Amino acid sequence: MDRFVFLTVYGLSRGAIYAAFALALVLIFRATRVVNFAQGVLAVVSAYLAYSVSGATGSYWLGFGAALVSGLVLGAVVERVVMRRVEHAPPLNAVIVALGLVLLTQGILGMIYGNQYRAFPAPFSTVAMTVHGVPLMTRYDLFVFGTVLVLMLALAVLFTRTATGLRMRAAAFAPQVSRLLGVNVGRMLTLGWALAALVGAVAGMLIIPTGLGLHPTAMDLVFVSSFTAAVVGGLDSPIGAVVGGLVVGLVLSYVGGYLNSASTPLAVLALLVVVLLARPGGLFSASTARRV
Amino acid sequence: MTALLRVEGLTAGYGGVPVLHDVDLAVPEGTICAVLGANGAGKTTLLRTLSGMVRPDRGRILLDGSDLRGLPVEQLIRRGLAHVPEGRGVIDELTVEENLWLGGLFRADRRALRGPLREAYELFPALYARRRHAGHQLSGGERQMLALARALVAKPRLMLLDEPSLGLAPLVVAQIMALLRRLRDDGGLTVLLVEQNVRSALSVADSAVVMAQGRVVAADSAGALVGDDALRHAYLGF
Repeated sequence: MDRFVFLTVYGLSRGAIYAAFALALVLIFRATRVVNFAQGVLAVVSAYLAYSVSGATGSYWLGFGAALVSGLVLGAVVERVVMRRVEHAPPLNAVIVALGLVLLTQGILGMIYGNQYRAFPAPFSTVAMTVHGVPLMTRYDLFVFGTVLVLMLALAVLFTRTATGLRMRAAAFAPQVSRLLGVNVGRMLTLGWALAALVGAVAGMLIIPTGLGLHPTAMDLVFVSSFTAAVVGGLDSPIGAVVGGLVVGLVLSYVGGYLNSASTPLAVLALLVVVLLARPGGLFSASTARRV
Repeated sequence: MTALLRVEGLTAGYGGVPVLHDVDLAVPEGTICAVLGANGAGKTTLLRTLSGMVRPDRGRILLDGSDLRGLPVEQLIRRGLAHVPEGRGVIDELTVEENLWLGGLFRADRRALRGPLREAYELFPALYARRRHAGHQLSGGERQMLALARALVAKPRLMLLDEPSLGLAPLVVAQIMALLRRLRDDGGLTVLLVEQNVRSALSVADSAVVMAQGRVVAADSAGALVGDDALRHAYLGF
């Protein structure tokens, strides 16, 4: 029972990060119908920048801030310079361009930083706190929950309470009509990619210290897990992405804890297959409600 | 009376194949001009060209004397041109209120739009009752009202209306036409009205043009067109 509680908390903590990363995928998918396969590597670039800034200044938080800023900038630049050129092409073109970006960026990161794992420090203790002698959660888990919660609330406020959020949603749902209403859809797209990359960078900063460390491919498995989470949620539902992230986090935690950690990648793929067979539209797909 | 909208020699089409040939048109300020014609006559393409969604090959589009050609679509609403597209263009995923807000966001912030929104709700009380509902939950008539209301929140000088009567009950169509008449008479609104429903359109229009195969084949006052039996039989089918 103690183990179950611990694995549940652990799973929710990882799941919160998958949820954030899945949310970033959903942000872009909703606006462009493209799955941003480059999102993992963008987060890794932000993490490397954070690593360099932290190393130079000695402050984790300056590095964290650098990751946020670089996420915004990278997302905007990638949309403006690369993705805009395949915007009106079939979705497969965008996927291939994104995959090309992954290979290129991982190569460049390897040239600059080397292809070995680098220790990436966590800002809080990763030793579990015990309650009545039962190991429950680490301070780092609390940091993760808090950060993801703040991130989600900020996004919710942005999208539902502000004029910019309204414009972004309109541009994503109905670009043609939005342009007739004076919305600069291109600018909203750039902003969407910037936000998504920011969220991705935060997710990367949160999860990399819990794994093997910093490496050009550090986000590859996280991407698969988060993509599964987004698919579980229906790919275009923000709430679905959050629920999907938590579900994937729990499943992986239980599989890793009760079976063995080597089977977790298999478990993600199995979950993806089951969801695609049972509910290809995902659990929270908005597309069925849209086709009236 | 000077023309608010003047179209001269407009030729436009898709992928190099012209749909509109040499279209001339003038709509005086504060009047309703109906664009009539069969399916495929180029009526919708005309509106899409005016609002910048189709790039013209030749010709001029003058709104109050200044040429609109080449402006990005999102700039046209700032020049006072509101386009209510066919199928109404209500954004299904947004609520009624969000749709209305979006209609005026280009010129004012949310707080400043409270007044215009209140006016829209006074004009369409049915929308007020449904203001928290999503667009896809509305009936066909409510969607048309929302599309009109949203265009009015923009306070346009010229409204392009594409088939507002499409799929609506006759009573609702009559209400919409009466509303257009009122907006013209009280508010000085100028409307370019594309319609298949010729009788309704001519009942409110001051003038009309008849299109066939991408050309304007007749342009006259609405009254004269109603009286022209030969033209009615040839192009309008009644």
